[in-house]
Amino acid sequence: MHTVISISGLSKTYASGFDALKGVDLDIRRGEIFALLGPNGAGKTTLISIVCGLVNPSAGRVTVGGHDIIRDYRAARALIGLVPQELTTDAFETVWNTVSFSRGLFGKPPDPAYLARLLQDLSLWNKKDNKLLTLSGGMKRRVLIAKALSHEPQILFLDEPTAGVDVELRRDMWQLVRRLRDNGVTVILTTHYIEEAEEMADRIGVITRGELILVEDKATLMRKLGGKQLTLQLAAPLAQIPPVLSGYGLTLAQGGKELVYRYEAEGEDSALVDLLQELNTAGIAFADLQTTQRSLEDIFVSLVSERERGGEGAR
Amino acid sequence: MNWHAVRAIYLFEMARTRRTLLQSVLAPVITTSLYFVVFGSAIGARIPEVEGVSYGAFLVPGLIMLNLLTQSVSNASFGIFFPKFSRTIYELLSAPVSHFEIVLSYVGAAATKSILLSVIILATATFFVPLRIEHPLWMIGFLLLTAVSFSLLGFILGIWADNFEKLQLVPLLIITPLTFLGGSFYSIAMLPPLWRTVTLFNPVVYLVSGFRWSFYGTADVAVGISLGMSLLFLAVFVGVATWMLRTGYRLKP
Repeated sequence: MHTVISISGLSKTYASGFDALKGVDLDIRRGEIFALLGPNGAGKTTLISIVCGLVNPSAGRVTVGGHDIIRDYRAARALIGLVPQELTTDAFETVWNTVSFSRGLFGKPPDPAYLARLLQDLSLWNKKDNKLLTLSGGMKRRVLIAKALSHEPQILFLDEPTAGVDVELRRDMWQLVRRLRDNGVTVILTTHYIEEAEEMADRIGVITRGELILVEDKATLMRKLGGKQLTLQLAAPLAQIPPVLSGYGLTLAQGGKELVYRYEAEGEDSALVDLLQELNTAGIAFADLQTTQRSLEDIFVSLVSERERGGEGAR
Repeated sequence: MNWHAVRAIYLFEMARTRRTLLQSVLAPVITTSLYFVVFGSAIGARIPEVEGVSYGAFLVPGLIMLNLLTQSVSNASFGIFFPKFSRTIYELLSAPVSHFEIVLSYVGAAATKSILLSVIILATATFFVPLRIEHPLWMIGFLLLTAVSFSLLGFILGIWADNFEKLQLVPLLIITPLTFLGGSFYSIAMLPPLWRTVTLFNPVVYLVSGFRWSFYGTADVAVGISLGMSLLFLAVFVGVATWMLRTGYRLKP
């Protein structure tokens, strides 16, 4: 598959001395939906901002469609549309004017038919003569998307696209992203919601503290990340796991008072039912039980510690 | 050249001017008319001719320069400061536009507006005083050169300023005093010798003097020097603006 964005050794140290990115290497494939997953302050926006030309890199190289983003910025930027995280719009412009402006800014001749279709797709058509300051937050977000798509980019960056967005817009946005992908547009989105990455992406990159700690296909990663945990408070402490239950990979905690079972959240998990039946058969009674989904924080902690133990590399 | 972008930014800026037409056109016209009434007619009637023209007529080039300078600076500074302030500038920075195209469109729009205002003020002046323009081509030349140079200065100011206070303070504390003390209302020949020397360090003197020469053929300093100084300002401002855009000063972290 062709690489459309190639990032190598990308670092950014802000004037404050903060290292936002530490030698990131990443290749984005043409036509994929790539989710950059990470907690707040991980470097997601910095990475996007450098590729789009909003932030100067401290070191490293980025090419977009084979064009260096600094030496050949014109060709590189013409391929990109960016939807920023913040709702930043000119208050007094109308929807139509601001979208036309964006198209011109990116060097494309006027095409009212295309823009009309775009506004219709984003349910903005009946607002086209409204001034931006009269629009709701959700509508402004749609306008920002329309602006980013106004010049028919091949690559779309969505920075935290669903932060503070209502259910309807979220659904519309996901539909739009799929439609764009079907038309061959590469979509890169940042998020700190696992579910969002799971719903949308073909591939996921996990970034934390300025380092890209892992890039994988969604299916593989979700198996790794999406685990659940069942904790049983036992009626009587166990000294060891009974041999009949050895197949479940159980662990004891709290000095034998708790039995912990990790399992996959995906699909129908008949193993869970089996386990409970086996416990019953073995005569192990429990006073209470709880299941927890591993939080993103847990996952980051485990991924980072895994990395620090010298196990898995970044790619 | 990305002409579509230049056109888009230029028209966007001119649309902003249209939206604020009243304050941007009416205010300077009224202010200038008041100057003519007060200084030209009321006080000017008691002032003898200056350098061979009536005081009212003598005022016209200075007043136009005063407006041209302040309007160029304020238009251009606001034009680039506001997107920075509202953060809509992300779009400009991510667009395939060169530094030259950015400057051309923003400075071009600001200069257009201040030149339009100057023409309106000139037209207003004809209602108050008899005017003659001896060197119309030079007049247009100085008008263009000054409008472009000081729109560039405004552009620089708009990038430099990180709050509204700074944006307004520089015109108020630097530009306005320099214009008032730059011979807008008097010939520097009227000053005591010491102050005449001090005044020669004021860059605005050369602009006003050259501009007035294009009207009446008399000047405080030789017109060649005025032209040279105007070109020098242009070169300095082009240099600073280029440096700012190249390094991303206060635009790109």
